[in-house]
Amino acid sequence: MLVSPQLTPARARGEPAREPVWEATSGDRQARALRFRDAALPYLDDVYTLARYLLRNSSDAEDAAQECYLRALRHFDTYRGPEMKPWLFAILRNVCRAELSRRSGAALAAEEDAQADEEASPLWQEAPASPEAAMIRQWDAETVRRLVADLPITFREALVLREVNELSYREIAEVVGVPVGTVMSRLARARCMLRKAWIAEDGLRT
Amino acid sequence: MSCAETHILLHALLDGELDAGHAREVEAHVRDCVRCAGEFRAYRSMREAIASAGLRFDAPLSLRRRIEKALPAAPQRAANRRAVLKGFVMGTALSTAMAASVVIGVIRSDEQERVLGDVVSAHVRSLQGDHLTDVQTTDQHTVKPWFNGKLDLAPPVPDLTAQGFTLIGGRLDYLDGRAVASIVYRRRKHVINLFVAPALDSPSQRTKLLSSQGYTICRWSAHGLEYFAVSDINADELREFVEKFEQSAG
Repeated sequence: MLVSPQLTPARARGEPAREPVWEATSGDRQARALRFRDAALPYLDDVYTLARYLLRNSSDAEDAAQECYLRALRHFDTYRGPEMKPWLFAILRNVCRAELSRRSGAALAAEEDAQADEEASPLWQEAPASPEAAMIRQWDAETVRRLVADLPITFREALVLREVNELSYREIAEVVGVPVGTVMSRLARARCMLRKAWIAEDGLRT
Repeated sequence: MSCAETHILLHALLDGELDAGHAREVEAHVRDCVRCAGEFRAYRSMREAIASAGLRFDAPLSLRRRIEKALPAAPQRAANRRAVLKGFVMGTALSTAMAASVVIGVIRSDEQERVLGDVVSAHVRSLQGDHLTDVQTTDQHTVKPWFNGKLDLAPPVPDLTAQGFTLIGGRLDYLDGRAVASIVYRRRKHVINLFVAPALDSPSQRTKLLSSQGYTICRWSAHGLEYFAVSDINADELREFVEKFEQSAG
């Protein structure tokens, strides 16, 4: 007679054989983990990319991406869609903000205050008017990445979510937790800043 | 539309986020205003330059592996499940040696590995989204005729409600490149997919209880049909299901 190498706890506790609690829960957890892998792992490059731009450090970005996936799995039961990518980003954003405030809570708060002031000032007067200013030279990937990484975090975040992660305004609004109109004005300002830096780079090289 | 408004809205236009009415207004303003036209061109070309530079990073392979390892029940760890094996033979991909010391070990053929992988994939697929059943009913007399004309086989569809397995419907699926019937039962909250295919020449096979990627699979053949039952319920319960099914399908 062959016997089980391990009694299930349900039986050990004398519960009815029809309800092997431990086995069923374990099976659920495994099935759930497999569903989670299929649904979430395809976005690992996206998650890692966003983490790189938010934290500006590759090993911190790896840690943040890993933490993001572990948290996402823990909350997978309450995930009701619709889109997996923005949901992962919202989790990642919390992880990254915790890391940034661990590095320096005061610095993060000060940077955000400064950005809030900047957001309040009118945008269009800053726009350069000369025809030369409309010329955009093509920079290599490394240069563009550096220019984007130098943007203040609020604008960097909006720009990367749009240009790199290809989220819609509505999805960005959900991830960041601001109205769609704010997303639009942040993007306008982010691009205005990036363009100035882009053109300044030209001056540095010639 | 003013220049100030245009300076913000032109970004939404570039991003394809404006409704048709606002898009026309911004386009009209850009056509008439030299300054705004220059802005629009500059941002459009910067966007193109960003896109062609390529700003994405690839996640390092080591990170991918770390995350896969950290997830519970990754396939590599699925062999931890052991089960009661009265009279059944179970093999697991990673613990053949362990199984051999407990029961008769089975070293799976490549063919079997592939088929089991297919069975588990089809099961997992059926649980995602809304594709568990093509015909949803607890009435066996509805499910059985539904397969007529869709498949070259007439699978038995016994009602096992009294035995604790509720019929919830049927579905067409594919296993190993063949169209097969799937009859779907539920045990409490757990779904059992029973795949039925025409048996390939081989004589009736003994019932084999197997496990793959954390799922329990029971494979057998009878009356010219080959069966695969797959679920996340434990081996005992799946064996019970197969016994009841065989008794009722007779």
